[in-house]
Amino acid sequence: MRGEKKQKTEEKGDPKAPSHRKPNMLTSLSDQLLAADAPLATVDGDTANQREGESVGQESLTDQTVWMLAVRDHRDRQAFGRLFDYFAPRLKGVICRSGLPPSQAEDIVQDVMLTVWRKAAMFDPERAQVSAWIYQIARNKQIDTLRKEKRPVPEELKLPEETQEDAAQVLALDQETQKLRVALGRLKPAQREMVEKAYLGELTHADIREQTGLPLGTIKSRIRLGLERLRHELKEQGLT
Amino acid sequence: MTSVSHHIPDHIMVAYVAGSLPHAYSLVVASHLSMCDRCRTRVAAHEAVGGSVLDSYATQDVSGDLRQRVFDQLDDPFEEAPRFERSGIFPAPVMEALGGLPPKWTPLGMGVRQSILSEDDQGTVRLLYIPSGQAVPDHGHNGLELTLVLQGAFRDETGYFGVGDVEVADDDLEHTPIADDGMPCICLAATDAALRFRSFVPRLLQPIFRI
Ligand SMILES: [Zn+2]
Repeated sequence: MRGEKKQKTEEKGDPKAPSHRKPNMLTSLSDQLLAADAPLATVDGDTANQREGESVGQESLTDQTVWMLAVRDHRDRQAFGRLFDYFAPRLKGVICRSGLPPSQAEDIVQDVMLTVWRKAAMFDPERAQVSAWIYQIARNKQIDTLRKEKRPVPEELKLPEETQEDAAQVLALDQETQKLRVALGRLKPAQREMVEKAYLGELTHADIREQTGLPLGTIKSRIRLGLERLRHELKEQGLT
Repeated sequence: MTSVSHHIPDHIMVAYVAGSLPHAYSLVVASHLSMCDRCRTRVAAHEAVGGSVLDSYATQDVSGDLRQRVFDQLDDPFEEAPRFERSGIFPAPVMEALGGLPPKWTPLGMGVRQSILSEDDQGTVRLLYIPSGQAVPDHGHNGLELTLVLQGAFRDETGYFGVGDVEVADDDLEHTPIADDGMPCICLAATDAALRFRSFVPRLLQPIFRI
């Protein structure tokens, strides 16, 4: 499928596109923002929505999404540097928590960030927010360093080619993720600690089952919309 | 695949996403996700939570040269890990575990066969082939057992399981799955300890059969 995509791009005579994706509304937006070195985006989606101008309030994409799209579509090193500066210290934080010595933790951070650069074409902002995507890469790397066998991952979805990303969907996912973050931020410290333990691999499945304090309900209700949309999308494309 | 009606429970899914689920079970979960859009979206939701945890986690300064080291490698050639594709009834994660080759079956008696895909001290994952109408050998298990149907169907005391369905059997479930009539049932099954197939193989022989 990647091949087809590439071909399409070439047919249109656009040698500038280094990745398989055609530049689109979102990326041209990221270009503008990066070029102007303007304040990139605001994380406050609600405020941004009230702004005038661009339809669907594209400006309220998070900085991380804008940087990631610039990396994916234009191999933008400056944007990659910003992603590095943002995520590397966080990655080191969570990896050190597992008890690995700092030098080994940094090897994993390096590995994760290189994967972000190399696999950028796989980033699909309609299906995953940047932090979720990088979290998953980090979990895979961390497990692969501990085991000889690779961590089993699901088959890649074979989605039909799309000429353009649905900007509204990307924005909605971005905003929903921000709301989730706010909701998690409001948890009581003990609950918050439990979420961190569960999602950083410190609880077994049996522990998680016993953990009534784990706010799985909150999590589900906060991301329900995104889930429904994603399911709808999969259905539309005849994958179910 | 809209007929999938037995899914991965939340506690197992969170453990899978977070990486604390043992390898054997993870292979079953990854295989189910390859066949079930509903669970795929649920996984995406849990990954969003993981992303939020990462995003709001206390930062820890990285060494001064790490950034440069990463930038120095951006143009380095790198080898893509081989990607496996679904083949017949076997989803990509199973094909990967099989190394891209057809399963090597070992007879267990009464037409039942198995092919062990992986085992370690935390669990074993195997393919099971059960002729139609045949009962899965009576097997006690100590902990969690996950069974995903890849072909055919089986039923037991708890219900009916068709292609894509996962049966989650916790510690104490005593069950006798029977392959449905029609075609042989092929399952992917993960257990945390050696199964004890009581009816077919004397306990003493178990080490030989690795079951
Ligand atoms: Zn499912």
